[in-house]
Amino acid sequence: MPADQGTPTHDGTSAPLLVVEHVTKSFGAVKALEDASLEIYPGEVHALVGENGAGKSTLVKILAGVHPPDRGVLRLDGQELALPSPLAAQDAGIAVIYQEPTLFPDLSVAENIFIGRQPLRRGRRIDTRAMHRRVVELLAPLGVDLDPQRIARGLSIADQQVVEIAKALSLDARVIVMDEPTAALSAYEVQRLFGVIESLRSSGVAVLFISHRLEEVFATCQRVTVMRDGRRVLSRPVAGLSADELVRAMVGREVVERGAADQAQGGRLVLEVDNLTREGVFVGVSFRVRSGEIVALAGLVGAGRSEVARAVFGVDRYDAGRVLVEGRPLKKASPAAAMAAGIGFVPEDRRLQGLVMELSIASNIALSSLGQVARFGVVRRGAEQRFASDWATRLRLRYGRFSDPVSTLSGGNQQKTVLAKWLSRHPRLLIVDEPTRGIDVGTKSEVHRLLVELARSGVAVLMISSELPEVLQVADRVLVMREGRLVAELGRHEASEEAIMAAATGQVEVLAR
Amino acid sequence: MTSPLAWADGQPGTAPSGSRRLVDLIFRARELGIIGVLAVFVAVAASVQPRFVDSQNIKFVFSNTVIFALLALGETLVVLARNYDLSVGSVLGLSAYLSAHLFSQVHGIPIAAVFLVGLAIGLGCGTVNGLIVAVARVPSLVVTLATLYIFRALDVLIIGGGMVVAASLPGGFLAIPTSSAGAVPYLAMVVAGVVALGAYYLRSFRSGRELYAIGSNPEAARLAGIPTGKRVFTAFVASGAIAGLAGVLWAAVYGTIDSTAGYGYELTVVAAVVVGGVNIFGGSGTVIGAALGALLLATINQALYVLGISSFWDKAIDGLLIVVAISLDHWITVRLTAALRKRSLQHAT
Repeated sequence: MPADQGTPTHDGTSAPLLVVEHVTKSFGAVKALEDASLEIYPGEVHALVGENGAGKSTLVKILAGVHPPDRGVLRLDGQELALPSPLAAQDAGIAVIYQEPTLFPDLSVAENIFIGRQPLRRGRRIDTRAMHRRVVELLAPLGVDLDPQRIARGLSIADQQVVEIAKALSLDARVIVMDEPTAALSAYEVQRLFGVIESLRSSGVAVLFISHRLEEVFATCQRVTVMRDGRRVLSRPVAGLSADELVRAMVGREVVERGAADQAQGGRLVLEVDNLTREGVFVGVSFRVRSGEIVALAGLVGAGRSEVARAVFGVDRYDAGRVLVEGRPLKKASPAAAMAAGIGFVPEDRRLQGLVMELSIASNIALSSLGQVARFGVVRRGAEQRFASDWATRLRLRYGRFSDPVSTLSGGNQQKTVLAKWLSRHPRLLIVDEPTRGIDVGTKSEVHRLLVELARSGVAVLMISSELPEVLQVADRVLVMREGRLVAELGRHEASEEAIMAAATGQVEVLAR
Repeated sequence: MTSPLAWADGQPGTAPSGSRRLVDLIFRARELGIIGVLAVFVAVAASVQPRFVDSQNIKFVFSNTVIFALLALGETLVVLARNYDLSVGSVLGLSAYLSAHLFSQVHGIPIAAVFLVGLAIGLGCGTVNGLIVAVARVPSLVVTLATLYIFRALDVLIIGGGMVVAASLPGGFLAIPTSSAGAVPYLAMVVAGVVALGAYYLRSFRSGRELYAIGSNPEAARLAGIPTGKRVFTAFVASGAIAGLAGVLWAAVYGTIDSTAGYGYELTVVAAVVVGGVNIFGGSGTVIGAALGALLLATINQALYVLGISSFWDKAIDGLLIVVAISLDHWITVRLTAALRKRSLQHAT
């Protein structure tokens, strides 16, 4: 789609509509935004790109009035702007359209757009006819045909987004922020959305468009801002920019030195995944993991990495393909069978999926090995404690008392507890999903050391991680997923942040077979 | 027009209305369905026992219905916003005794003043519920379960072993439920009018629509700037006030009031609301449906009595109707979602 022809794009003379100046935002010890800046001009579609964790979502939430910035200012039309609440952002003319909008399923399309602001007639009664007429008028230039009286239940995500856009227009929004709007859309719906964005732009609205798909940036946007580690690293017109430059700007930092020594390849085959498909989630995923090696599944959030891991372990079902463990087919959709076959699984969200927060540290460690600490089906506390303390020493767990609930531990030690739980079963294959998310640097490197030691002892490790330095440091092989497909396999020496990001954003497809 | 969009070739065409007709049909079918079940029940009962359709009996069904229809109206306001008011039976009992007691205490007190007292008692109880739910943010199920017992305990404390008997009440008061045009009491017409007003309010006023919005998606309602606390508070106050008024009417209908007046009514009211098609998790349903639900339950109740069937079956049938109604709701929602989704898919391609 030719995007920048005959358009009233910013030519250097017009003033920016919305300015973000030196904004800083921290959550606890984590700096999400550090001195971030951004200018958006009227009548432009401005792309905001960056790796996972670069600070895009935080910036969106600040513009939406969800989080106040710690430092820095926002300006609209040169005027300083405070956004203490979502309502304040709405009043200021900033509308945010989320990937999956939250509508009122029982109310009509028209009421979803006008709730609380319905046109009135005499006696403060709602003028339903005028409201429906307004909705038809709002939707017509968007080229979307939706019955204003239809209830929102059952609308496709694309149509839900259209309802939100219509709502933004009815509020006379001047800045519309779209947070990865295309992630859940079909190709047809993406084209329709681009049409809508183009008509918004030509009427003078400023659109901030966040996407992981670089081809979309080139197709629809006039300017692009790249964020990395909470800062802006580049803000340029899209014309004249190459995909390579963009990827390099996103990755940026110097490549981290590899830690562990090269691992000898060629242990016995532990895991074979053959053409695994779960409709609408991932397609035709095949890979192998040998004993003694660490294989990383890299890719952007939403590429389907965790879903593949969950399907292998049997938490989710899959529609086609098969999983073999040491040459024997693994029963599908059965975590019990996976555990019996020697697979351990450390899930992404340890609070929700990995630990029973109210139970003691000892009970959590022994939870997957109750057979070893129970006699006649009754758990013996003493045996449980001995069992747990053995593993706690090996993992250098820092804790108060074993009988304390696990919720009293720090994030890093909670993660070690989950690891201890699975390691105590002596797995052949350990699947770890984001093993170091939200834990401090010191514990992080301990977890890395543990994974490497584990692999040396002959365990096959499949690691999912969004942190590229971690992937490069720990993994022997890197598989890259993009939109539910395996798009690249990189050996230790081919893997670099640039190569992984290029594959993850769809710039190249290298399947070394 | 203040839209920032430059009109392209925007001739706003009329959007297709197939999906709306489908939805309308289903909701109207819901109310028609209750009327259908009602008709079957009346026909069966009348063919077995012709006395069931004589004017005396019909009058009795109506005077029973008006109490529950009123309570169901208040309850619907609360349930639509994804809350529950279990205290209505106790509020009714408190108001029934205290208001009727006034006739023997204050000689020659006007009947209208007694109604005002009942209303005030209801408002007070509703305000307590509303404040705890909306300000202290305690789940309404817990709050009103507590006030169900507290208001009843107050009632028992005040009355002790005493009671108000019909002889102490003025004739004009006792005549309120019985005066009628043919078999239809004037009171039933007034209550029908009140229910119609409630329906109109919920359809045509912003605050009414916002109750639906809160029940449909509380988080989105907050983000859309709807004053959810205020709306929920108002719903509880309204439900209390209506229960207070219903208490005075209850005194007029039954004449004899002790501390068990309205005991266990809350469950029948919730049953009427659910059978009437109001979603138990809020967001959809109408007060007309809820009132029809009350009429259906009262009719069944009376039919069993007239047919000489044990009142044990009465509760069992209420229970059965609740299960059927909720299952039907769930089934309709699932089918409706699927149908609407398919329609928008066809539209997309």
